[in-house]
Amino acid sequence: MDTKAKKTQISSRRRFFTDLAYATGLGIMGGLLWTGYTEKAKSSPLTLRPPAALAEPDFLKTCIKCGLCAEACVNRPSNIDRDTGRPRPGTLKMAKAQDDVTIGTPFFKPREVPCYMCDDIPCVTACPTGALDVAKVTNPKTGELDYTMMEMGLAVVDSNSCIAFWGLQCDACYRACPLMDKAIRLEYDKNERTGKHAFLKPVVDMNHCTGCGLCEKACVTEKPAIFVLPREIALGKPGAHYVKGWDKKDQQRVQERVGKDVTTHDVRSAKKPEDYLNKGVEY
Amino acid sequence: MKWSNIKYLVLRRIVQLGLLFLYFMGNAYGWKILTGDLSASMLFQKVPLADPFAVLQIFATGAIVGVNVLIGAAVIALFYGIIGGRAFCSWVCPVNMVTDLAAWLRRKLLIDRIERKVWISRNVRYYMIVLALIVSAVTGLAAFEVLSPITILNRGVIFGFGAGIGLLLAIFLFDLFAVKNGWCGHVCPLGGVHALIGSYNLFRVKHNSENCTLCMKCKTVCPEVEVLGMIGKRSEFVAGRECTNCGRCVDVCDDDALGFQLRNFLETNTGGKQ
Repeated sequence: MDTKAKKTQISSRRRFFTDLAYATGLGIMGGLLWTGYTEKAKSSPLTLRPPAALAEPDFLKTCIKCGLCAEACVNRPSNIDRDTGRPRPGTLKMAKAQDDVTIGTPFFKPREVPCYMCDDIPCVTACPTGALDVAKVTNPKTGELDYTMMEMGLAVVDSNSCIAFWGLQCDACYRACPLMDKAIRLEYDKNERTGKHAFLKPVVDMNHCTGCGLCEKACVTEKPAIFVLPREIALGKPGAHYVKGWDKKDQQRVQERVGKDVTTHDVRSAKKPEDYLNKGVEY
Repeated sequence: MKWSNIKYLVLRRIVQLGLLFLYFMGNAYGWKILTGDLSASMLFQKVPLADPFAVLQIFATGAIVGVNVLIGAAVIALFYGIIGGRAFCSWVCPVNMVTDLAAWLRRKLLIDRIERKVWISRNVRYYMIVLALIVSAVTGLAAFEVLSPITILNRGVIFGFGAGIGLLLAIFLFDLFAVKNGWCGHVCPLGGVHALIGSYNLFRVKHNSENCTLCMKCKTVCPEVEVLGMIGKRSEFVAGRECTNCGRCVDVCDDDALGFQLRNFLETNTGGKQ
């Protein structure tokens, strides 16, 4: 009886603050869970995106997950199988929950279906949000679509498993490359082991490779020895303070940097060199 | 079973399945009638359509979107704002079929009769909208779109099902055992957005209390039962913004006490909240 009376005697003021705390607490709880899930959902660094995709963080912000790119890809006239009259599987797929790619976003796996780099780039022109940016594949001089400007990724050769590096004759990737002798060229080398044969080693040029993955698809090894990685993963970055002294453009870049601070500032640079040189080595 | 008792139910299923069919054919056979999915689509390759809530979340992430998707969101918002009301939820959304099945099973298995222990406010959906926008802004990814069972089911039909379909089963079980009409009637923020968009649309159910025999069949089937407060009391429009215009109440009413009418805002008795 006593407890029941207590239960009903909550003032409206008290009730207001309790309700407020209740709603705030549950809101924060839900928000934290939701944020955690969403942060996890967007981490898919090894994903290959369609042509002309914005940089990954911007792409994730902008893509509305409508699948118009994937539909334009699979239903393009050039994708009709001449034998069956039906479309072959499209390059672009929409990520499912189990795909290790942000759910609902388009991506492709070159070993399964590479990008055939259509002249009219239907996937990019279909995008309603601009997550696939037409400007990125439009030649600024002619104003026309230019598939050689695509930057979906970069082909990387594992010289340990590439049989051309063993000295066996294979140029499957070189011949599959739509930009043959530009994106992939063959480097000739003498095979010292036999003394009379040549190596024909495939070498990728990052300035021309679009990451279409036709090489990865064509590779004859069990697991491809040449494969496409996103450019942010495959490429390093030397830093602005390394200058190509023989390159006029790079020289120009340095001249334009004049006035900016080019000194490194960290814990060690705050002291004089003799201070840390005399300190011995710390492990 | 009389046709008049299932009319709107059958029409709704035809519209829902028909849209899914058109989307599916748009991908599988390149039909140009309706391409894309419920997040954004193209009608006859000409008219862009887009989910206003998805576009709002994209805004929250700080991204700038193309004009096509802005027009699309405006088209959808105008259509439901003027004509459809919250009809997206009951006439278009594929999850409606899942949760309707759960609600039907609840009635058949008499789960409704068991004392309800889980209680959720019907306003949770509006808090979910705010939360979705905050989380989108914090994480830089449209937050509801990565867990929305609506788009997961919709994309599953169009592009093939994945593991995400488990979420649909979870919602089915939630609605069946935890809360009656739990997902669509309490939690779903997209439903909340459509309730807000459709607050002042033209087509609404009108109640005629003179014909009403207080059988309460309408209240049994209504997924948003709070909107039927006037049943047997006042002859007025079902004006609550949460009404999905599903027409189930009109179907089950044998006394001609409920029916769709054009809402006349000029009359004083429009059924607005008093």
